[in-house]
Amino acid sequence: MATVVAVIASTHHPFYYRASTATGEDRPPFADEWASKILAFRETLTRARPDVLVMVGSDHFHQLWLDNMPQFLVGKAPSYDANWYNEEREFGLPRMLLKGQEDLSGHILRAGLDSGFDLAFSNELRIDHSITCPIITLRPEADLPIVPIYTNIFAPPLPQPKRFVQLGQAIREIVESWPSHLRVAVIGTGHLSLELGGPRQFGPHGPDPEFDQRAVEWIANGDLDGCLREVTLDSLHSPGNATHGFMDFMLMMGVAGAGVKADYVDTLDLFHTMEAYFTWYPNGAPAA
Amino acid sequence: MSKYLLNKFLFMVDRDPELVERYRSEPRELVAWWEAECANTVLNCHSGEASTWLRFDDVEREALATHDHVKLFELGAHPFLTLTLFIALFERDNTEPLEYQKSYGARLAHFAMPYPDIAT
Repeated sequence: MATVVAVIASTHHPFYYRASTATGEDRPPFADEWASKILAFRETLTRARPDVLVMVGSDHFHQLWLDNMPQFLVGKAPSYDANWYNEEREFGLPRMLLKGQEDLSGHILRAGLDSGFDLAFSNELRIDHSITCPIITLRPEADLPIVPIYTNIFAPPLPQPKRFVQLGQAIREIVESWPSHLRVAVIGTGHLSLELGGPRQFGPHGPDPEFDQRAVEWIANGDLDGCLREVTLDSLHSPGNATHGFMDFMLMMGVAGAGVKADYVDTLDLFHTMEAYFTWYPNGAPAA
Repeated sequence: MSKYLLNKFLFMVDRDPELVERYRSEPRELVAWWEAECANTVLNCHSGEASTWLRFDDVEREALATHDHVKLFELGAHPFLTLTLFIALFERDNTEPLEYQKSYGARLAHFAMPYPDIAT
């Protein structure tokens, strides 16, 4: 059966690409520290020597729209074009083309449906920065086949937080039941406190540093009980109007397992939002 | 009131560079044209089919025609869609980084929690 060699949860900051590639006067003062943290984070994936990446993210009204909105969707295609005109325009993100791992997509869909998750699917999916940001930060070669999984953290009504956790737990079991010798990393991105299009946006740090602190502790300690006790669909409005993206972190805590401490934890306080990076090694940390 | 249709306008204009420019330079004309020609388009569908019932009310139409992002927030338009499109419209006039984004937030400072409901 396949092996889950790493579980990685991260924020996805669309400005990283531009900040880290800028030079001279265009290079922001925080870029060097940010790039250095990303290089260390990248190494946690490289060391795990993955063959396949399961990528959990959320479409930002690019392909998925309110006339036909899935709650959880699995891509099943041989290739995925990536990034959109408005992401090129606003963030300077490059167009990309990623290979798909259709066999694992099919396995996740079949086993997910059979275990109580009525997953939607797409045979032609153009993915956005929620998945390409972690490709850029963690595997810039973009050479590994992926299975994209989209969640709806964006267009209410949303699934409950516990459903994200349950789906994460199911993804872990399903990947480990995939009849394959391949090494799989499960990577998901979300947000800590975040405000977009509201009065608290683009402040000197995230809109709710206290929430960020608690959230990092929940994730680092695998404290699903504590997290689920405090986090509800209603409570997530208060740290910032885009904080429902935290539920993708909760999904990744489900993948990592209740009570399992992360092997690698790092954060970076930036303007607008706090960056956070976590890696778990289910089979023990690989040799450096 | 149709939060859905406001969102559809923001979504469709934002993804089309030509419409972004028309909305920046002639917002009232663009809103009228879009409502007449595009509002009832069924997206993700073969062309030739359309809905028949989608239209703005006067408040919504005026908010769009005057680039009034504060009103759009009050009406429950999706803040991500509004912000993304308005950055495309006006960030180019910045004299320092994030100037437009910060002033956009400041204009919303009178909104307290809970914010207007964005569910559609």
